Amino acid sequence: MKSTLDSYFAVNAMALQAKNKRLELISENIANVSTPGYKARDLDFGAFMKDAASRASAPSATNSRHIEVGSNVNNFENAITYHMPLSPSLDNNTVEIGVEQAKFGKAAADYQAAMGFLENRISGIRKALRGE
Amino acid sequence: MSADALLKIAGSGLNAQLTRMNTIASNLANATVVAGSAEEAYKAKRVVFSSLMLNPDQQNSLQADSRRGVYVSEVVDDTESVKQIHEPGNALANDDGYVFGSNVNEIEEMVEMLDASRAYQNNVSVVSTAQELMSRTLDLLKV
Repeated sequence: MKSTLDSYFAVNAMALQAKNKRLELISENIANVSTPGYKARDLDFGAFMKDAASRASAPSATNSRHIEVGSNVNNFENAITYHMPLSPSLDNNTVEIGVEQAKFGKAAADYQAAMGFLENRISGIRKALRGE
Repeated sequence: MSADALLKIAGSGLNAQLTRMNTIASNLANATVVAGSAEEAYKAKRVVFSSLMLNPDQQNSLQADSRRGVYVSEVVDDTESVKQIHEPGNALANDDGYVFGSNVNEIEEMVEMLDASRAYQNNVSVVSTAQELMSRTLDLLKV
């Protein structure tokens, strides 16, 4: 049984997780810039949120006699995309450092934005609790 | 912990690039070394990177952070042929009066070094961004 606060923050938590996953994937690309055969990966935010939303509305097993329908764990696998290189390289590495740098900057800003929304929600709920 | 994964990935990148830097330093230091035969001559060392992919059955779990990033899977010798130098006076010279220099190409090494240092810098900025985001996330407790 989820509490009211849980569902109040659910979207923000999910978004923050996705943004973080995206940062991870891009930093992995940056670390593997000279790895032969490495395929650059990214996260499709829309696909992930759609997946997470369908998971949230799916029936969940709250009793030991219930039958589990799918898992409640967030699945990033379906939302992972592979980068198509603008110019292919000899060693089949698809990381293009400039592209990744730009993506990383944007992903970090996105993360900060998601955090800003969460901050606003928290201070909103604080205000409501204090009755100011 | 999630931001931890970011630091680990970037850390593995730093480590790998540093190993590459070390081989470049070794190549440059040994560029003028000569030997008595082609087999004994110094060969330029090259690192081969491999990516640490997730274990397929752990792919969905957020906890599977420990094996991510990049590592140096092997160090191979450059296959370029070694320089043969006619130097009969050298103590190492063979019967025909030849010594064998290394196959290190200084210009190539310099380019490699620039590339390695750029890649290192990129990983450093990932670390500093990760740290910034991490501390900002912790600040949520203070809001």
